[in-house]
Amino acid sequence: MSVIVARAEPSIAGVGDYIELMKPRVMSLVVFTALVGLVLAPVPMHPVMAFTALLCITVGAGAAGALNMWYDADIDARMARTAGRPIPRGRVTPGEVAGFGFTLAVFSVVSLGLFVNVLAAALLAFTIFFYVVIYTIWLKRSTPQNIVIGGAAGALPPVIGWAAATGSVAIEPLVLFLIVFLWTPPHFWALSLYRADDYARAGVPMLPVVAGATETRRQILRYTLVLTPVGVAPWLLGYAGAVYGIAAVLAGGAMIALAIRVRGEARGHTASKQMFGFSILYLFLLFAMLLVDRMAGALFAPLWGHFPTGA
Amino acid sequence: MSERNIEPKPEPGIRLTEQQQRARRARSIAIAVSLGVLVVLFYIVTLVKGPGVLERPL
Repeated sequence: MSVIVARAEPSIAGVGDYIELMKPRVMSLVVFTALVGLVLAPVPMHPVMAFTALLCITVGAGAAGALNMWYDADIDARMARTAGRPIPRGRVTPGEVAGFGFTLAVFSVVSLGLFVNVLAAALLAFTIFFYVVIYTIWLKRSTPQNIVIGGAAGALPPVIGWAAATGSVAIEPLVLFLIVFLWTPPHFWALSLYRADDYARAGVPMLPVVAGATETRRQILRYTLVLTPVGVAPWLLGYAGAVYGIAAVLAGGAMIALAIRVRGEARGHTASKQMFGFSILYLFLLFAMLLVDRMAGALFAPLWGHFPTGA
Repeated sequence: MSERNIEPKPEPGIRLTEQQQRARRARSIAIAVSLGVLVVLFYIVTLVKGPGVLERPL
């Protein structure tokens, strides 16, 4: 049964509706992690080219968000968290959103390919494809592993940032990929624990809906135990300093402590909500520390200011 | 003249409401601003990349 009502009259959609379609909060995370990937790269990039690369990556992420809202409009309408999105609210039609998303996707990928390099553009295209086709269209409605596998899309931006600067991929951005990839399940499962009714009503097979809250809590702890050592890896591998290492150990310890609390919580969702909130801070802190670490290094470097053009 | 005798006909097609007109104007301005920013960006990128603007290393 479709809950979307086709609207024949001219559009009343404002600019804000189109910005909302691009999922600005997700975009901010994407631009931030891509920036870190770009800054960590050993090849300095001209500021204009770096800005252009980040703009393309951000718009590409916005395109993926819009295409996700286009395909998911039916589930969004049934969930309290997403019922206010532009399509369920009747501000824009699904066709308008599909056109908007597709245009931005093509434009961002082509621009990144023309101005920066083909590898970065190919990775951006793959990210959009993975998020829209693999995650949204295929996995989200069919398996409780949806966000585990789909998390790869959200984890790719630092790799794209690195590729934009270097024209290649190395172990350093792949570790950053692994951090975001392993962070996604505990982050979303913490949210889905207290939104389980919403997901069940929409027919989305999230882990708490399919396997129950106890199994979800167990999985959150397991993933957190794998995530936190990987979070320290940039320091152990030698491309982040001791300040990063200490921050990663402390924040990782807090993540594990929260995951243990979530595991032990018999009723109520206080710990899950704390876990969800802190997980955002954890990821932000890790990437911010990498940035600070690199900036501090650049500040003390004797030679600075040579920007080769292009990639 | 005969033209003076012709009564103005109601315009065919869709007549936009006040809200629809405002929304369309806002969207048009946003598109214009985006295109303007792109023109400036493409210009600056071309200056930065110089003759190598068409070089796209893998």
